[in-house]
Amino acid sequence: MSEQFEKKIKDYVILPLFGVLCFMLLWCLICSVTDNLPNPIKMWQKSELFIYEPFAKRGEMDQGILRFTGLSISLVGQGYLVALIFGTPLGFFLGLSKLFTRSFDPIIQILRPVSPLAWYPLGLVLFELSPEPSYFASLFTISVCAMWPTVLNTAVGVRAIPQDYLNVAKVLKLSRSKTLFKVLIPATLPYMFTGFRLSLGIAWLVIVAVEMLKGQPGIGGFLWDAYNAGNYSLVILCILVIGLVGFTLDRLMSLVEGKFKTA
Amino acid sequence: MAFIEFKNVSKGYSGAQGFSPVLKDINLQIEEGEFVAIVGYSGAGKTTLISLIAGLIKPDIGQVLMNGKEIQGADPERGIVFQNYSLLPWLTVYENIRLAVDEVLSDKTKEEQDAHTLKYIKMVNVSHARDRFPKELSGGMRQRVSVARALAMNPKVLLLDEPLSALDALTRATLQDEIKNIWEAEKKTVLLITNDVDEGILLADRIIPLSAGPGATLGAPVQVNIARPRDRKKINHEPRFKEIRKEVNGYLLGLGTKPKLTLEKKLVLPAIEPEDLDHPRSLIPGATVAPIRSNEVKKERVEL
Repeated sequence: MSEQFEKKIKDYVILPLFGVLCFMLLWCLICSVTDNLPNPIKMWQKSELFIYEPFAKRGEMDQGILRFTGLSISLVGQGYLVALIFGTPLGFFLGLSKLFTRSFDPIIQILRPVSPLAWYPLGLVLFELSPEPSYFASLFTISVCAMWPTVLNTAVGVRAIPQDYLNVAKVLKLSRSKTLFKVLIPATLPYMFTGFRLSLGIAWLVIVAVEMLKGQPGIGGFLWDAYNAGNYSLVILCILVIGLVGFTLDRLMSLVEGKFKTA
Repeated sequence: MAFIEFKNVSKGYSGAQGFSPVLKDINLQIEEGEFVAIVGYSGAGKTTLISLIAGLIKPDIGQVLMNGKEIQGADPERGIVFQNYSLLPWLTVYENIRLAVDEVLSDKTKEEQDAHTLKYIKMVNVSHARDRFPKELSGGMRQRVSVARALAMNPKVLLLDEPLSALDALTRATLQDEIKNIWEAEKKTVLLITNDVDEGILLADRIIPLSAGPGATLGAPVQVNIARPRDRKKINHEPRFKEIRKEVNGYLLGLGTKPKLTLEKKLVLPAIEPEDLDHPRSLIPGATVAPIRSNEVKKERVEL
């Protein structure tokens, strides 16, 4: 028992701490060569204020770090939701109909690798007449970029439904809606959630780029602002926070995903 | 008029190696209330045969009739128990059966549907597991639930596609007895597909052997005229049991059904007609340069 406990401590505490230590050493090493990069201590002193008062709002571009993170997460959440609302049905159509796949798969494959930086200007043009073009353009960019993993995974999931389940639906003469809700959707859920998790990861990648382009308040906007002000400590702080949030979101999603892996 | 009838049915699949016939010239008549067993090799096309009756697939040639009408698509009046249970893993035992009940008894009240579901759960002895998920059940119990689901549809005919082949011998025997009891109580028409001759003799009124594929066809039916109720221990000493067994095995193993060794030979029939001189020689690339000869290449199949 205690031996197992020791092993766990070693695997989950000591070894990861060793990794962090190595990373810090490398950081300090680089700092000693170049003057531009602040070392960890200097970085902490500079960014203390933003961490100790995480929800403070002193000005548009001068807010607590968690307040910025919150703004970004809220925007990601909205864009992500739009992505799922459009992506899931699209995936179902692709999975169910050969005709649909043949018609739209090429265009999807072409749009999929387009960078968020390319979609954003198009979003601005599209929503030019709306009350808040930059907000809608951000939403548009996030949803268009984040949609594809959901679309493709759902399509694969639908195609992978065992013929047996479809035969059951046929023999029971289930109505279309019942076949969808009792057979197709539950059978596809594990694949769908894999898509949802990947989509969320992409959405979080996109938000930083989008905020940097427009300089909106948010973690990415803050990062760009700090860079322009020559405050590199805050840039590093932002990078760390972006990584932590992304990691947490991914963990949360894989917890949810695991729940549906039963089938 | 027979209850279920196959008229010269053939069915094949086209795959990577071209068209391969599975069933050929199937003629079969099943009377109402009869228990028929079809015994054959694995891979002979037994599942194809049952899918044809279920209406999941359509014959290439011939007709499958029920009550004189051609079978159009699947229908709950032909309940089917699949070889691999095919329970929906995200529904509990109760919900799996209830899904079928809701479809068939859609005009009844919720209480009646509930009672109907519970009746069949009880019939196959899985009451204690009604709220469990399929993955928490043993193979035998899953198959029981699958049988209950098929019976709960109130089918006119019950199709059993090798329902017991994945089970161990003991569970198999118990379930055979249960199927026998259910059939005696419900008096439904049953078509059992199996690879076990003894199982057929124990349960069925009539056994029909299916020859080995490709292009499998049905042999002459063997009447199982052993008095019911049949006891699995006593039946082994019955002289008729041995006779039937010999007859069915004889057909299945017999020379008449074994796929013969064949050799394909290419055969060129020479042109005995003169060249077609009306067709001029041509120097245009791609065009036929010489007059056409009517050589014919044929394949010949030689049986060894």
